[in-house]
Order: sequence, then C-alpha cells, then structure tokens
Amino acid sequence: MVSLLPTPHPKERRIIFGNISKPGYSPDIETYLAHGGYESLKKALGMKPNEIIDMVKAANLRGRGGAGFPAGAKWSFIKYDDGKPHYIVVNADESEPGTFKDRYILHQDPHQLIEGLAIAAFATNVHLSYIYIRCEFPKAAKIVWEAIKEAKAKGFLGKNILGTGFDLDIYVHQGAGAYICGEETSLLESLEGKRPYPRIKPPYFPAVLGLYMKPTIVNNVETICHVKHILAMGPEEYAKMGTPGDGGTRTMCVSGDVQRPGFYEIPCGGVTLGELINDVCGGLKPGRTLKAVIPGGSSAKVLRAGETFKMKVKGADGQMVEKDVPLLDLVMDASTLQAAGTMVGSGGVMIMDDSRDMVWALNNLNQFYAHESCGQCTPCREGSLWMSKVTTRIIDEGARHDDAKNLKNIADNIAGRTVCAFGEACSWPTQSFLAKFPDEFEKRVK
Amino acid sequence: MRAMTESLTRQADSLSAEFVAEADELVSHYPVSKRSASLPLLHLWQNHFGFIDDSAMEWIAARLDLTPVNIIELVTFYPWFRREQAGKTIIRVCRTLACALAGSYEVKDKFCQAVGLNPDCEHHGFGHAPPTTADGKFSVEFVECLASCGSAPVALINDDLVENIKTSEIPSLVESYK
Repeated sequence: MVSLLPTPHPKERRIIFGNISKPGYSPDIETYLAHGGYESLKKALGMKPNEIIDMVKAANLRGRGGAGFPAGAKWSFIKYDDGKPHYIVVNADESEPGTFKDRYILHQDPHQLIEGLAIAAFATNVHLSYIYIRCEFPKAAKIVWEAIKEAKAKGFLGKNILGTGFDLDIYVHQGAGAYICGEETSLLESLEGKRPYPRIKPPYFPAVLGLYMKPTIVNNVETICHVKHILAMGPEEYAKMGTPGDGGTRTMCVSGDVQRPGFYEIPCGGVTLGELINDVCGGLKPGRTLKAVIPGGSSAKVLRAGETFKMKVKGADGQMVEKDVPLLDLVMDASTLQAAGTMVGSGGVMIMDDSRDMVWALNNLNQFYAHESCGQCTPCREGSLWMSKVTTRIIDEGARHDDAKNLKNIADNIAGRTVCAFGEACSWPTQSFLAKFPDEFEKRVK
Repeated sequence: MRAMTESLTRQADSLSAEFVAEADELVSHYPVSKRSASLPLLHLWQNHFGFIDDSAMEWIAARLDLTPVNIIELVTFYPWFRREQAGKTIIRVCRTLACALAGSYEVKDKFCQAVGLNPDCEHHGFGHAPPTTADGKFSVEFVECLASCGSAPVALINDDLVENIKTSEIPSLVESYK
C-alpha cells in the first residue's frame, strides 16, 4: 500500500484519512468506536431527515466520483414520503485511470463508509442499500462485508437501529471487470443482473427511475464518507475548508513522473498545480522538466507545460480582472479547472515529464477506452476502436499526413452522440492531445 | 463461440449441498429481484470450479428463474469471467497509463519469462483463459487500471496486490507462488 506521510504535509488536512494515518489504526469496529465511530450516526438519528439534507447542502459537498454534482441537491431529488421504496448505491467501482483513493478507504476504514451510508439512508428514507465494489478489490469486498456484519451485531444496521425504529440492510455487490459499470446507470443495470448498458437520460435519471425503477441515489465512496464529518464538525466549519461551491477536502491522487506519488487529502482549492507537484509531491525526477498534466483522471483534457489560461481573478482593488494564469498557478478546484478547459474529475492527477512521448501516452489511453467501451452506441463502439488503431499504427509505422485530422474527426463525432458520458471520456484525450501537442503528431508523418 | 468447454463432465452435476446453500444465501441478499444475484452466482461458480461451463449457465439461470441467455450475455460481456480453466495462480499486470509510465510492459514480459511463457503469446480474447503454462500453474495477462497508480507498476496476483514491482524481483515473486 502507498502509505500517507507520517505527518501530514502543511497543505494537507486529513478528515477522511484522519484515522487511517494514525499508528495502529485497523479496520475493525472496536478500533473505529475507540476513535469516536458512529457518534455522527447517533446524532443524525435524533434529527429530522430534511435537517440532515440541509446540512449537506450548506456544506457545499460535491460528488467525488468525477462528475462533481452537489450531493445535497442529489439527495433532495428523493421525495421522502412518496410511498415508493428508495435505494442508495455506493459506487466503489473505482476504475478511472489515475484515481486510487477509494481503495484505501475500503481496505482501511470501512466503518467510516458504513456510518456515512447509514446517515444518508436515514435522511432519504432508504432501507436497502448496496455497495458496488469492483472485483479487482477482492480483499476490500471481504473487509467491507465483515464490517457490515460487525455493525449489524452492534445495532448500527439491521432492524430498529439503536432503538429508533429505523431499518437498514446493506450488502456488498461485486463487479466483474468492466470500467463502464462506474457510470451510474450502467452500475444499476449491472446490479439488476443485466448486461450493463448505460440507460438514456431522460427519462432514466437514477433519482426518478433508478434501481428496480425506483428513486435511487448513487454516490461515490469518498462522498458518502464526508457525510459523517459534516455532521460532526457542522456544515459551516466543513464548507470553510474549501472554496465557495466546493466545500471540504478532496483527495488528490498523484501518479506518474513525480518524486513522491501518492494520495493527499487537501482542502478544495487549497493548492495550486505547481504546489501539488513541486511542494507536496517533492517535484519532478532529477534533471527532468514538466511536459504534460492530466488533472482529473484519464478522461480529463490534458494540459501542456508552459500554457497560460485567460481567467477572471480578483485584482488588488477587489475588482475582477482578466489575467493570464500560468499552468502551475492553476488552483486545483472544480471551477478553476473547468475555466481552464478541463476538470478536477475524480482527483487523479497524472504527471508526465519531458522524457515522455505524447502519442504513445495517448495510444495507451485509446487502447483503454477501446477495451472498455460497452458497445451499445455505434459512435463510441466503432470510434474508440478506430482511434486506438490509428494511434497504434502511428507508433508502429509512422503517421500518414491526414492522421491527425482523421483522429480529430473521429473524436468529434463521438462526443455528444452517445447515451452516456463515456463518449466524451474517450474523445477528450484524443481531442486535447491533438490540440495541445500537434507537433508530436506532425513529426511522425512519413 | 468455439467449443471451449468440450468436456464429458458437467460442472452442475457435482454441486455439494454447501455450495447450493451458499448460492441461496447470496440470492437472499436481493429481496427485490433474484436476477440481481446473477453476478454473485457467477463469481461463486468461477471461484469454486475455476471457470464457467454450459451447465453452469443453465443451472444459474434455472435457480434465478431466468433463461440461459440472460446469463450468457453476462459471461460474454464481463472480462472477469472465462469459459475455460486458467492457471492456478493468475498474474494480472496493470497495463494502463500510470503503470505503463512505470514500465508495466517490461513487467509483464518478465512475468511471462519467469513462469515460462512466451511474452509474445496472444490472449485469445473474451471467454478464453489468459495464456497459461503447460503445467497449469500460471496464467499471465494484462488488465486495465487496477486503481493503484501511486504505487505503479502493480499486479494483482490471485487476491494479492503487488506494488512498486521491480523487474529484478519478479523471479523470486513468482517462486513464492509455486
């Protein structure tokens, strides 16, 4: 396991990983209880459900799975008293290349997830919940299942939780090696035992027609874990850690060409890209210079070293002024990265130095997307494979003069023409690598 | 699909009472729809028998009040399921970007050499077992992102995640699974 630094970096603020980093902390319930575990659940059970949702809204908690949707708003789509069964499904299908945070929560602090889930379920009138864990985490599935049994034995799950009359059953459901199941409607199809083709929205928004066609919330592991901390510290205190509209902490996963890759829990917007690379991660490898950054999981558009971005920032007199912001000064929060034309996504930051070949890197990602397209929509099924074949051929045989144009044409004809966001996810790498590194494609033309 | 499971024995003919009880326990996790137990039963089956034969799909379908095609469409979709026996130890090397930057292609070749497989041997695709040594001890394959990019390159060896793999350590690593 990658371990956290023994003492947090000054830029870090460990909330989710607060206990995990303590010496001797183990995933069993006794340890969790000794660290204040299930106190937030007790507090929640004494509150009105809508008060809990209001707290999550006030905390400005955004989903940590990639799309960044405000969690409180997602929950409030569920009508508490509509007489229908409701479900919460935890997305623990962590598969976005570059992202590796949920793995540590599942293995090392499963009760944190279960407590957050029980609070969320109480707030939204849910009595049956599933945690969908990718099967490549076989030990995590066992650990979480064991934790569920422990929690049940202590009265935190099951019938009449802590004597309040609230019932909740949680089960672990394992995936079977398909990235597409991380897409929430695909995940629901998979959980229903069907071929996991994503559903078209509208009408199949999970909050309306979700699991078994009933109102359903699908939340990422890290998102659910934040809930207990919002209750414990209060929404104002929690929101203050982040930026307006992006509260709390976000786990940044850094991989690639840095001295100290790993995951770092940092207040949202609390670090710039330059600080993350050079300060938190110890800089690049000796003698190397930065070439490219993929800032939010492999689907996020790539950024090129030396780029600047026109952005509105607060000037010395407090007025908003337009300014050229260099790449390394970009603040790693949702709104800044969006303004830079990319996204904070799932927090997976991949760093590449000047020794790297961008066509080779793109080809690696194209092969991933070609392998993982579910095949439901023609533009994506065919296009992802074509892009992969073209970049593979460029590497093996050199480029033809119109390859770059063709690649862009293929990518442009996938994005926006598919049932789910995989279409964008597989096009954005090709579109952005071509736009940011045209020279690397040109120099390969025979 | 080519007849990969040509065999005179049907897996479903040798189920123990414990296996059936375990299957029924899994079905009970899905009080709204038994069909949801398809994946859990396929996992249970593959963990028990090593692969999924025709009789498996018929048995699971019948147990869940489905038709076999409801199960076949899962087995032919999910990369995890296979219709022929793989090695006793399966080495799944992560292929995707962060691991590739850290040398995963070389890592996979080294694993192949260490177990006695030709690094250029082809994986025949969905349903087939990954390339497997003649003695049935090892299979080696590339898989997509294992979500451990911070400790690249990584491999999943059976249920164990092995991280920060150095090619020099691969022969002894393989030895420890013999």
